[in-house]
Amino acid sequence: MKNKGEIYRISGPVVIISGINTKMYDVVKVGNEGLMGEVIGIEGDKSTVQVYEETSGLRPGEPVENTGMPLSVELGPGLLESIYDGIQRPLPVLRETMGDFIKRGVFADGLSREKEWDFKPSVKKGAKVERGTIIGTVQETQNIEHRIMVPPRVSGKVAEIKKGKFKVDEVVCVLEDGTELTLMQKWPVRVPRPVSKKLMPNKPLITGQRILDGLFPVAKGGTAAIPGPFGSGKTVTQQQLAKWSDTEIVVYIGCGERGNEMADVLNEFPELEDPKTGRPLMERTVLIANTSNMPVAAREASVYTGITIAEYYRDMGYDVSLMADSTSRWAEAMREISSRLEEMPGEEGYPAYLAGKLSEFYERAGRVDALSGKEGSITVIGAVSPPGGDFSEPVTQNTLRIVKVFWALDAKLAQRRHFPSINWLNSYSLYSKVLGGWYNENVSPEWVKLRDNSMELLQKEAELQDIVQLVGSDALPEDQQLTLEIARMIREYFLQQNAFHEVDTFCPMDKQYKLLKAITTWGDKAQTALESGVPMPDILKLESKDELAKVKFEVEFDKALKVILDKMEDEFKNLRSV
Amino acid sequence: MTKEYKTIREISGPLIFVEKTEPIGYNELVNITLADGTTKRGQVLDTSDDIVVVQVFEGTGGLNRDCGVRFTGETIKLPVSKDLLGRILSGSGEPLDGGPRIVPEDRIDINGAAINPYARLPPKDFIQTGISTIDGMNTLVRGQKLPIFSGSGLPHNEIALQIARQAKVMGEGEEFAVVFAAMGITNEEAQYFMQDFERTGALERAVVFLNLADDPAVERLITPRLALTAAEYLAYEHDMHVLVILTDITNYCEALRQMGAAREEVPGRRGYPGYMYTDLASLYERAGVVKGKKGSVTQFSILSMPGDDITHPIPDLSGYITEGQIVISRELHRKGIYPPVNVLPSLSRLMNSGIGAGRTRDDHKPVSDQIYAAYAEGRDLRGLVAIVGKDALSDRDKKLLEFADMFEDRFVRQGTDENRTIEETLDLGWELLAELPEALLTRIDNKYIDKYHPAHKKAKAGKKE
Repeated sequence: MKNKGEIYRISGPVVIISGINTKMYDVVKVGNEGLMGEVIGIEGDKSTVQVYEETSGLRPGEPVENTGMPLSVELGPGLLESIYDGIQRPLPVLRETMGDFIKRGVFADGLSREKEWDFKPSVKKGAKVERGTIIGTVQETQNIEHRIMVPPRVSGKVAEIKKGKFKVDEVVCVLEDGTELTLMQKWPVRVPRPVSKKLMPNKPLITGQRILDGLFPVAKGGTAAIPGPFGSGKTVTQQQLAKWSDTEIVVYIGCGERGNEMADVLNEFPELEDPKTGRPLMERTVLIANTSNMPVAAREASVYTGITIAEYYRDMGYDVSLMADSTSRWAEAMREISSRLEEMPGEEGYPAYLAGKLSEFYERAGRVDALSGKEGSITVIGAVSPPGGDFSEPVTQNTLRIVKVFWALDAKLAQRRHFPSINWLNSYSLYSKVLGGWYNENVSPEWVKLRDNSMELLQKEAELQDIVQLVGSDALPEDQQLTLEIARMIREYFLQQNAFHEVDTFCPMDKQYKLLKAITTWGDKAQTALESGVPMPDILKLESKDELAKVKFEVEFDKALKVILDKMEDEFKNLRSV
Repeated sequence: MTKEYKTIREISGPLIFVEKTEPIGYNELVNITLADGTTKRGQVLDTSDDIVVVQVFEGTGGLNRDCGVRFTGETIKLPVSKDLLGRILSGSGEPLDGGPRIVPEDRIDINGAAINPYARLPPKDFIQTGISTIDGMNTLVRGQKLPIFSGSGLPHNEIALQIARQAKVMGEGEEFAVVFAAMGITNEEAQYFMQDFERTGALERAVVFLNLADDPAVERLITPRLALTAAEYLAYEHDMHVLVILTDITNYCEALRQMGAAREEVPGRRGYPGYMYTDLASLYERAGVVKGKKGSVTQFSILSMPGDDITHPIPDLSGYITEGQIVISRELHRKGIYPPVNVLPSLSRLMNSGIGAGRTRDDHKPVSDQIYAAYAEGRDLRGLVAIVGKDALSDRDKKLLEFADMFEDRFVRQGTDENRTIEETLDLGWELLAELPEALLTRIDNKYIDKYHPAHKKAKAGKKE
């Protein structure tokens, strides 16, 4: 095997090399500076390489070396709290070695080789271990126990197992056939990690966002897409999800997004407190940041880097949520590279394999029986940024064919400052039915009915609005006016949620139920009053209605709600018919 | 001395193809000597052992196969020094003002490098522009990139100039500079900017790069990069707060499309190259604040939307990169309202981090949300009124309708030299909101209503007496 050659041609991030034996997806070091690249095509004795770093100044004839390894990530303790670029180089380390601006040709290990971890073995000498078997644990952060697993493709009997402090690349276990196991393993990012069985999702992912949990839930292990034209609050919604969803591990991929926003995430996350443990949220988070002006090939890789890390924690038996913001930028990276390769374009210049790549990626989500014998899940929430808000474009369409939940962000709602600006008419969740049983047991047997009724009301409102547009609301019969009013209450009191309000930013299931129940109760009472002849204006004047608007902001919600419910009771009792 | 090649094989549009060269670096700067001794500059777009493709900045007019081509061995660099301030340079960085060449303190690669996201500081310093629709509703912060989405015939230049004149960070007297890059604008427009800079004395603290409509289109591809390189230098080496005005991004994108076509690339949407997003990002993303540096780069670009179409690829892709946009409305302009900013599709993504207690005022967000909501509803009602007439509206709706009119007339409208403080803007907002029934103010916490609502203020003042 010849593993050295030279550069033949350079065109942007695409470099053609010659005189070297390569396999597809081998990582090669290109040029005098050893820029990292990946083989993406082979023709004759020439190979096409996408280079993850800026290629200015590179010349034909410079040397190329093949590492013979596919693009891999390092998996082991130390992943949490890390901030990586698209190819798992820690950004803080890059800043130390090359300053505030990203220069090239710098290599950095994904996991620190200095830090020592306290390894507690959980198998004994002579134990039979297979791929995925947990051989011991490391307390990675205060609340996350990192389970060290036998890498896939390895099995045997334990000949020696150690205990104590180790660095990630030190041997902690030796098998009888001489295989040495360290705290760290490597895995090629483009290959899904094996599992023993994929399972059906059966639990909702609780996000604390009323419109998501309430109307359009996603299951743990499910897939969701947030498409939204720019300026519709997509990023805030994703950040809220990352902060509040009830998974143990969060992987956030900022893929081709804004530098300032990424900076905001990078600064804000470390300061966020995990609502359940009171510890910093970063202790269970991995951030991957590849902004739009960082090299396009690394952007393409960032999504795979992220999902591989997510799979690794899933294999330990954790529930992981993965946010990819945005998959459109990822698709565009594919398009850009494809066009540099002069491939025959498919729809709108995207490569013909776009649909395949997208579905491969989303298929890596799911609830599984892991090889370790534990159950884990990855919930993938992908943002899509359709150009011009046009949902018929290829990335959105191909995504919708795969995902089960669709949270349709709506710029019009954002303009009215209705946040989260998720359109309740266009969104859907195919998990609502599957999760019904869970709600009955864990929230209230009434919940599903409450939710369905509310949805129906909102639907009715939309129909009535068409008429109102033509004739004005006063022309409607009183009961329909009341329907409009109740629907408005659901929209403004329940669906609207202020991500920047300290109390309202997170709304537990129980509170969601009580709030929706209170609104519905008010609606039912108003309906009854109207039927018994109370004039509409008298009903609309009730103070309890306006008070319901603000109860979601109360620190002591239950207490405040009780006061309002009592008042509501009184007020309706005192209403007189004419 | 580098070798001169006389091996041009083909000339096609702005591109020349040179063969039989030694290894040439990607993106290298190229000097081309014509028969009459004049030189042109270019950049390597594609390089291989067989052929090197060069794009010529000053256009290929007058070139033939006998021209000499010299590869300089380095990428394009801008000579920088603090003396750049007050200078007027061409779109490729040559002095236009008759002054001497810049004596460089340093020479910087104009492509810049991406700021490590970890080294960025989230922008949060409020910039007061004195324009209510921006300060109150779409707040600009230091390090932000906020373009004006406009159309032909709209007063975006006036607005950009007003911002350049009035912009300041509250309560600080730090060094401030403007970098102005014209890409393909007309001589007349350029004069307009120059005159205003001179009139207000802004030229002394400005660096101007001019690529006018009759300059070669391919030069437009480097003009903004020169400007941003100068801006970064002033910001990060000389601790200045730099406002970069790039106009017009649409012309830049046209040049990009032209180059793509010349290179026979597979076109993307509407013929623009597939990498336009990444290319635009490499400009816009050069705004920001870096940890540990005093200066900052804020971008205020002008982009004219072809056919006022916000879904056109240029505004669309820009909107995905920039942190919001200020949208200029033809409708408001026709009504004679200046500045005709339509706040509804306008947005500042960084607004929330730049406002609130200690930055602007504690009631800023709720007031702006409330105005947004009321104005959006009021505008929708206008459509209804056109069908059913005003009398058919409920009292509530009538109030909202009036609110929308008042908002445009009093809040949006202001003079070209009217510089409103943020307090004035917010108080004006309250004055308008006070015309609405209090029950409609659902976006505002009671404590703010208590503190700022004119009726409550009055009541309190009454009690004190």
